[in-house]
Amino acid sequence: MSVQAEQPIVVTGAAAPGRAIPRRRRRLRAFLRNPTFVAGALILTALVLLALTAGLLFPADPQDMVGTPLLWPGQDAEFPLGTDSLGRDVLARLVYGTRASLLVGVAAAAIGLAIGMVVGAFAGFLGGRVDAALMRLVELFQTTPTFILVIVIVSITEPTIPTIAMAIGLASWPTVARLVRAQFRSLRETDFVMAARSLGYSPLRIIVQEILPNALPPVIVAASVMIANAILTEAGLSFLNMRDPNVISWGGMIGDGRDQLRTAWFLTALPGAAIAMAVLSLNLVGDGLNEILNPRTEP
Amino acid sequence: MRMGRRIASTLKRTAIHALPTVLGIIVLDFLFLQLMPGDAADVMATEAGSATAETVAALRHQFGIDQPVLTQLANFLSHLARLDLGYSPRFNASVGNLIMARLPNTLLLMVSALTLALVLGIVVGSVMAAWQGKWPDRALSVVVLLFYSMPGFWVGLMAVVLFSVKLGWLPSDGNETIGANLSGFALVSDRLTHLILPALALASFFIAVYARLTRAAMLEVQRQDFMRTARAKGLHPLLIQLRHALRNALVPVTTVAGMNLGNLLGGAVVVETLFGWPGMGRLTLDAVLGRDYSVLLGVLLLSSFVVIVVNVLIDLLHAWLDPRIGATE
Repeated sequence: MSVQAEQPIVVTGAAAPGRAIPRRRRRLRAFLRNPTFVAGALILTALVLLALTAGLLFPADPQDMVGTPLLWPGQDAEFPLGTDSLGRDVLARLVYGTRASLLVGVAAAAIGLAIGMVVGAFAGFLGGRVDAALMRLVELFQTTPTFILVIVIVSITEPTIPTIAMAIGLASWPTVARLVRAQFRSLRETDFVMAARSLGYSPLRIIVQEILPNALPPVIVAASVMIANAILTEAGLSFLNMRDPNVISWGGMIGDGRDQLRTAWFLTALPGAAIAMAVLSLNLVGDGLNEILNPRTEP
Repeated sequence: MRMGRRIASTLKRTAIHALPTVLGIIVLDFLFLQLMPGDAADVMATEAGSATAETVAALRHQFGIDQPVLTQLANFLSHLARLDLGYSPRFNASVGNLIMARLPNTLLLMVSALTLALVLGIVVGSVMAAWQGKWPDRALSVVVLLFYSMPGFWVGLMAVVLFSVKLGWLPSDGNETIGANLSGFALVSDRLTHLILPALALASFFIAVYARLTRAAMLEVQRQDFMRTARAKGLHPLLIQLRHALRNALVPVTTVAGMNLGNLLGGAVVVETLFGWPGMGRLTLDAVLGRDYSVLLGVLLLSSFVVIVVNVLIDLLHAWLDPRIGATE
């Protein structure tokens, strides 16, 4: 279905009518015309750039003591966002913290999506006993509190970035599995799948090449929400001190700053605001994608 | 009469369905916890500082964790059949008593947070849907999106800064004033002031979830035929919205609330630690850190049980909200 169905293109200037514009460019226009998506994407791009260039912007080790401890933001021009109780530059630590949050978020979502898509695709496509068994497994995971599961998995291993991402991914796949299963169940009865079957395509080829691309839009929306949730979970974990002590993370900064909550609350407020901004950007992207990919959701 | 039959059939269906799930949870959790490196004996030996290999082995024998895994599982199951959750070596108490001592506090916190989230979320969502696209909708959307993006424990910390540190209105630690020996109304109000901030911290994310859901569901309902009929009958718009739209919109909202319950329990771990709330969440964290599997198993089991029970209640609620649900058996 074309995106044009709901939003007719307003022809500006001497531009050709909507039909003549190549499909891909029309898609791009739909993305660029959605203010929610654009706002989210802009913040997210900025955060990714910060994460990539952290080493260039702040060449000094952000774990080193560089100034007087507990300087308030604005008190010293050298440290615009102040210093923590160990005299470390808060701004530099915030920028480095972007890395851990985004890395864990993306990796965890990727793991969760991979497991969830495989389970959901098989359950939805095969149906019957396989479906019933897999859905039982999904139910098992969904009745167990996700966060407690993550805590248990992290304590099985050492808390490092890969294990934290793995734990969050392992605990978050059931939602995707349900979503993908529902998509596959409705798509497997469609005419084009029937055609593929009658051509003698193997089930795997039908799943991967025929159904999967059509099942993707809601999964893409879910992916952005999953990254957002993974970032929130990671923040909670590192707040509880389940984190790699050598990696700067926003949740950990909140945990450290909590001891000075009464005197220097900015140490808690700033990393929390950073988390909120990263999660907000992903939620904006998700909302925007939802509007673009499923135009019927808004009357 | 019909309601009674429906309740019976729902309960029967759930019992048949839930029993294998519970059994699966027990076995999976049990085997899963065996993967954790170290055990209670290790942790206690480390804390004691000077423990010989013999002492540790003796401790293991005393806790029954030197036996083969399957024997331990069989022991656990046979105790569980007698509603005995086992004994915690770390806390030196029976797991059942440990959990029961903490459960009321956690339930109080969770029920308060869930009620707060549902009431606020549904009100805000309905207001947004009623003024769709106009400024109240837009303004509230921004606020809701912010709450949707902020970590709950951080909202709690910021509330502590404002209400405890700056204004001095609310306490920020524990669930009652220690040593105050209050009774009657003073006790209730003391408990209540201790409850507000943790409940707010736990609820903040879910307020946003339910507001977004209610808005979407309310807008979806407006397009249904029965809404046109209700309008054509000349019913008061407010009555249409409350009795016809909201009633139907509540079905998806409560479904998600049931699915979120596990997350709420997980969130309680952080919030209880943050506010020094003596509940199950903190017990869980202590059990993980102390490698106390018996307590951890008990907590996991009980939380799954709570989730299943509440979902049965939600099923029944749905049957009442929308008589079409469960009518085709």
